[in-house]
Amino acid sequence: MALFMFLLFIVATLGITWWSARRSSGASNYFAAGRSITGWQNGLAVAGDYMSAASFLGIAGMIAFKGYDGFMYSVGFLVAYLTVLLIVAEPLRNAGKYTMADVLAYRLSARPVRAMAALSTLTVSTFYMIAQMVGAGALVSLLIPNIPFEGAVIGVGVLMIIYVVFGGMLATTWVQIIKAVLLLSGSLFLSILVLRHYDYSLVTFFNSLREISFTGADGATVTQDFLEPGHKYTPPWGALDLISLGLALVFGTAGLPHILVRFYTVPDAKTARSSVVWAMVLIGAFYIMTTFFGFGAASILGPDQIIDPAGNSNPNMAAPMLAKVMGGEIFFAFISAIAFATILAVVAGLTISASTSFAHDFYTNVLYHGKEMRPGQEVRVARITAFLVGAISIIIAMVMGPGVNVAFLVGLAFAVAASANLPAIIFSLFWKRFNTTGAVSGLVTGLVSSMALIAISPSIMGKEALFPLENPGIISIPLGFLGAWLGTLASHEPTAEARFAELEVRANTGLGAEKAGTAH
Amino acid sequence: MTPPENEDLTPEIGSATDVTPLGRSRPKPRHEQTAEEERDLADWDAIAASEPFRALLRRKARFIIAGTIFFLVYYFALPVLVGWFPEVMKRPFGPVNLAYAFALSQFVMAWVIAGIYVRVAAGWDREANAIIETAAGKE
Repeated sequence: MALFMFLLFIVATLGITWWSARRSSGASNYFAAGRSITGWQNGLAVAGDYMSAASFLGIAGMIAFKGYDGFMYSVGFLVAYLTVLLIVAEPLRNAGKYTMADVLAYRLSARPVRAMAALSTLTVSTFYMIAQMVGAGALVSLLIPNIPFEGAVIGVGVLMIIYVVFGGMLATTWVQIIKAVLLLSGSLFLSILVLRHYDYSLVTFFNSLREISFTGADGATVTQDFLEPGHKYTPPWGALDLISLGLALVFGTAGLPHILVRFYTVPDAKTARSSVVWAMVLIGAFYIMTTFFGFGAASILGPDQIIDPAGNSNPNMAAPMLAKVMGGEIFFAFISAIAFATILAVVAGLTISASTSFAHDFYTNVLYHGKEMRPGQEVRVARITAFLVGAISIIIAMVMGPGVNVAFLVGLAFAVAASANLPAIIFSLFWKRFNTTGAVSGLVTGLVSSMALIAISPSIMGKEALFPLENPGIISIPLGFLGAWLGTLASHEPTAEARFAELEVRANTGLGAEKAGTAH
Repeated sequence: MTPPENEDLTPEIGSATDVTPLGRSRPKPRHEQTAEEERDLADWDAIAASEPFRALLRRKARFIIAGTIFFLVYYFALPVLVGWFPEVMKRPFGPVNLAYAFALSQFVMAWVIAGIYVRVAAGWDREANAIIETAAGKE
């Protein structure tokens, strides 16, 4: 049954890819869907790109196991969009073309800045993608026991390569839209089923969370109030870790390359704005619903009952198992198919942002000084990159195996995005004095410090970690800004300062911005 | 002339792309020009120095800085309170407790700020269009 629903989704998305591939090719179509996506469509696509399996399965599981502290993720994931809306989305759309580096390269020296931005984009995307691929492999083999982990990883990887290589941004966008609709309707249905269990009474529902008894790891029965904080983030470092997590979410989202590229698919900055608002409505609704299916799994199933088919405790099974108990086999299959679609859509979005950045920033602008040696070269390079990125992620995911701790990979992606990308974007848009040395040193400091701090954090080193927090943001984000600031002060770049006026006018008025394919 | 819907003006294989014209003499459509090529699109310095533009920037900066500070303070109050004052946050609040109610209020806060922003930004759009038109009129 689950297999049938998986296949249905695959057939539908391949149909979209075929339809997109038949439309005329060309760089602005391939990289930015011809800038023809409307506000609500892009809002759905942003939501689709953002609500990964880590959100759906991961947060549901975290709430089911740790209660309130898991819900803290839900809050941060939405509030983060205020940074995107207020600070980043519109100037980026007005002044850029395909990638985040376009905005940096406006008044800075293009080659070093683009090279570093491409490196940081590829780092963020690859870590995020490996996390998703490992998750996908584990999920598919969990839900359909006769498919092995390796087979599932290869299957997901191949599908993602097909979407991106043949369908480009248009196909990727529609895969996101379908996935977002499926995910939202599945979550809504699951939430309604949970509420029905409590006779549609919120009071009864919340009361049931106050005393949840389950068998702990040591075999003793534990009774906890799941609505109370403190089950995951405990003293002495818990409070700081929560703040660090919040920083990484609130500043990292506005630096995630696969979210930023979405704003180039719309006709103008006004549409970019309305798509963020659409996304905020959808994303907010989704994360509020994690209340019902996350806490619901804790109170209806009990954390000790959330196990995989092999009988091991597995938080990722919270949402699928809740679906099975509440709605039977068919609903279980539907929720599993949604989780599968979620992963597939997110990896496709990551692949296209990674390959766009490599082809546009690194290949064309760094290696060939902004000149195409042969017509259509940039798109061709992007397609080859998409293929390679996919193939490499398949291999790494298979080597790492299903047992790897993927949470730190996602954390790393957000931390790098917040510490490396965001300082460069913000200074470039708002600080006249900012220059190439500052951009490069900020990107390097942010990238290196967040990776180093993760390497010595409890996620990697366990209890003997040198750095006590799971989330490096509280140190690495200030370091990234500091690096960009000190680098700027260390040198003078009169051309960069002279061109600030142009960037300011472009970013704030939209004069000269890239138009939709139908303009002129 | 209105081109057919979704027509992509990026040329097909064999002609110039939006990266470089490959030495062809035909001028590129403007939507494909790079920043370097359309440097002369407008007198950037004059617009940047003009009073209406400075006024627009001041208004935007005031709103965005105030909005950002407000939402950062409101948001980080949550981990600070939950992390360091858990006993306060565990107090009952209607059917839930303060911790959950405050977390839920973050969603409302985000939506309200987004709503206000959209309304205010619509005014900025009108100002920006007026600035563009003035600039076009001078040329």
